[in-house]
Amino acid sequence: MSENLPKQEELLNTMDHDPKGGEDWLKTKPEFKAGTWCYGASEKHAEYLGLPNPHKFQASDEDWGLPSDWKERILEGLDDRLKRFRSLFVFMDVCVRCGACADKCHYFLGSGDPKNMPVLRGELMRSVYRKHHTLGGKVLGKMAGARDLDLDVLKEWFYYYYQCTECRRCSVFCPYGIDTAEITMMARELLNEVGININWIVEPASNCFRTGNHLGIQPHTFKDNIEFAADDLKDIVGIDVNLPMNKKGAEVLFVVPSADYFAEPHYFAFMGYLAILHEIGLDYTFTSFASEGGNFGLFHSNELMKRLNAKIYGEAKRLGVKWILGGECGHMWRVLHQYMDTMNGPTDYMEKPKSPITGTVFENAASTKMIHITEFLADIVHHGKLKLDPSRNDHLKVTYHDSCNPARGMGLLDEPRYMIKASCNNFHEMPENTIREQTFCCGSGAGLGTDENMDMRLRGGFPRANAVKHVYEKHGVNRLACICAIDKATLSPLMEYWVPEVEVCGVCELVGNALVMEGETPRESDLRGEPFANLPDKAEEGDGAGGEEAEAVKEGTDHA
Amino acid sequence: MNVIVSLVLVAVACLVAIAGSAANLGFVFGVIIPYAAIALFLGGLVYRIVLWARSPVPFRIPTTSGQQKSLDFIPQNKWDSPFTGFQTFMRMLLEVLTFRSLFKNTNATLTEDKKLVYGSSKWLWAAGLAFHWSFLIIFLRHLRFFLEPVPCWVNLLGDIDGFLQIAVPVLYLTDLVAVAALTFLFLRRVVLPQVKYISLVSDYFSLFLLLTIAVTGVLMRYFIKTDLPAIKDLSLGLVTFNPIVPDGIGAIFWIHFFLVCVLLMYFPFSKLLHMAGVFMSPTRNLPNNSRAVRHINPWNPEVKKHSYEEYEEEFHELMDEAGLPLEKEYPKEEPEPAPTPAPAAPAPAPAAEVKKEEE
Repeated sequence: MSENLPKQEELLNTMDHDPKGGEDWLKTKPEFKAGTWCYGASEKHAEYLGLPNPHKFQASDEDWGLPSDWKERILEGLDDRLKRFRSLFVFMDVCVRCGACADKCHYFLGSGDPKNMPVLRGELMRSVYRKHHTLGGKVLGKMAGARDLDLDVLKEWFYYYYQCTECRRCSVFCPYGIDTAEITMMARELLNEVGININWIVEPASNCFRTGNHLGIQPHTFKDNIEFAADDLKDIVGIDVNLPMNKKGAEVLFVVPSADYFAEPHYFAFMGYLAILHEIGLDYTFTSFASEGGNFGLFHSNELMKRLNAKIYGEAKRLGVKWILGGECGHMWRVLHQYMDTMNGPTDYMEKPKSPITGTVFENAASTKMIHITEFLADIVHHGKLKLDPSRNDHLKVTYHDSCNPARGMGLLDEPRYMIKASCNNFHEMPENTIREQTFCCGSGAGLGTDENMDMRLRGGFPRANAVKHVYEKHGVNRLACICAIDKATLSPLMEYWVPEVEVCGVCELVGNALVMEGETPRESDLRGEPFANLPDKAEEGDGAGGEEAEAVKEGTDHA
Repeated sequence: MNVIVSLVLVAVACLVAIAGSAANLGFVFGVIIPYAAIALFLGGLVYRIVLWARSPVPFRIPTTSGQQKSLDFIPQNKWDSPFTGFQTFMRMLLEVLTFRSLFKNTNATLTEDKKLVYGSSKWLWAAGLAFHWSFLIIFLRHLRFFLEPVPCWVNLLGDIDGFLQIAVPVLYLTDLVAVAALTFLFLRRVVLPQVKYISLVSDYFSLFLLLTIAVTGVLMRYFIKTDLPAIKDLSLGLVTFNPIVPDGIGAIFWIHFFLVCVLLMYFPFSKLLHMAGVFMSPTRNLPNNSRAVRHINPWNPEVKKHSYEEYEEEFHELMDEAGLPLEKEYPKEEPEPAPTPAPAAPAPAPAAEVKKEEE
């Protein structure tokens, strides 16, 4: 994290949740203060993807380099989307401004900025919709809450629709199910029509289109990284695991977010995958092209999402697998669960996912043919086919963060908990208003996990951090488990800032820690090289190993 | 300011009705306007629903608010994460009849020692539900003015509503509840800073309109005597398309009646559309079975994809060197300046994960 972060008190003292009386939101303008907004997309990457009006722009510039017909383009785009998305159309019409959503948004709770109340985030677009699409708005104007789309409104859209992580928490509480994520998605599509994008979305998307993954990792490096993880695993368990890559005829294609084999703490969960899949003897393969399950297209436009997603089914077909297994990633699973089959299906060249270990057929994925690793593993553990020793995680006191997308875009809540409970003796839930379908976002999702908006990220992550702090103080929790690559990347600095005693990990890291492998050397440490709690006399030795381990990981990533 | 504007608008509507009554414009206010209002209401509502319905649902995007159906030993939350059509129907039924999502409402507070705490917050749910149910019952009770003979269930409804047997004529509970709930809903709009900030003229206008309708109704029933048989003649005339305008109906009725017409006319152009829209919300009315049953997007776009062949074409040398299998055979060309510079290749991606690494 950069050194010039705001002080905790500074953030906390400005979280005023009572908007100023007498202020008219139709007239206020956002202030583009450093730390609250993201850098514009690089021309090169926008061009590579063939996006409209690729050009250099920063939100702090006076001139945004918009095409002369930007207003028409956006209004036509809005009209077009009203005709293509019933969600948008209904959500533009039915909000009654009851305010139930107001204090549900992590950005509002963390910033106190009234336009971060989901209802007003929606009104930013609704006000334009009313002006240009409704009789009342055309005739009555401001009195009907309508306003013209001018440059200030456009800038406001950019500011606030890139301060929404599409987490859907507000949608849970809305009596009409109005989903601000839908409105944000449409706003971002419209901004893209005139060439306004952020780099932290467009660059990974461009990388992903070309190399198959967000980080732009090329095939040889992909292979190196995975082999490196296998080496590290061998140092701990003493077993050479199989590493099938681009293997034709494998039963299962395994797709993970690229951060898993590249970044910390994802890497340890990745070692966990390798150990588990080896132990159960699954006939699977990675592929260097579908080397990314994540999909930043989701944060850009439905078309780009489809383009980036196509490679998963493409590779499944090319390699002739029977079904697909997916790793730990949040928004990846929103795409896989709610979009993939519709966009790039049907998939009659595959079969219903059937666990070769237990014989269980996953009817819930009968059409998409892709299941989540915790679904797959929970079934195996339930059938007693995986030997786990939870005492190997006794040095950890674990809590679980439900990632937004698996929670509210999928309903994957108890499978990961089942795995954690099978792997750990110390598990403590955070307060009920902060978990499961009410979970709080990490504050950095939907393409906002970059560095230049760190002020806003720390604010947006505050409700989550606050709940973690609660279980840290109450139960001494020192580990925050999750199943999302963005979480792992962004909760880490968030914890460092708000609750430095707590570290972040993937669920499969905990499973990997507890896994008893056939023929393993006597285990002394977890996958991070930290000594097990029940080996007190060897603690010092283990500590040393931990240091080496951390070094090794660093080297691996530098190399890549 | 928004409050005053809305108040003035409703007051003007009242004055129009009084003026109409004074000027003996019974035919305009008793026949023309009601028919126009009904036509506008039905036409506008149907038009809006048709517009919504013509817009397709490209993706199946339910907001899952509970455990999905997956493995047998993990209990599914059927009403919050429905898998079948029936379960989805139940989710919708509970939503429409009991405002289930609103029932989940919480209130976040930042305490003195800077902790976020979440309290239960059921007042909005209670007032909202109370108003809507009362309004429905009041609407059904009014059928006694439009039907002859009055069906027994309408009378029964009135009897139940008046079971307290207080006052003469009997006090209807729903009258009391509707006025109290509307008053509460108004007060929270002016008292709670967050809700005050977001409230538009139209939000207050709807409340004042409904409140005035309710209050004039109550006045007529309990305080200002009106000629009920005459009113029944008027309403029966309207529904039998045989309109008559009886004499001697007081101004208070015309206010009540005209405001109902205003409400009907305003309805299809306002947020009151939520009555119909709630049934069409794709985050609520779709089952969470996206992986089991393929959802069809009628406009599934043709997009430019990047094929494996293009990928292999670009990276085959690196793949070959790394020992990854290739689909095609490539002529050996050497020496090649390795590795191939890519058309728009960024150097190792500066995504945040990598940065995290270095810190």
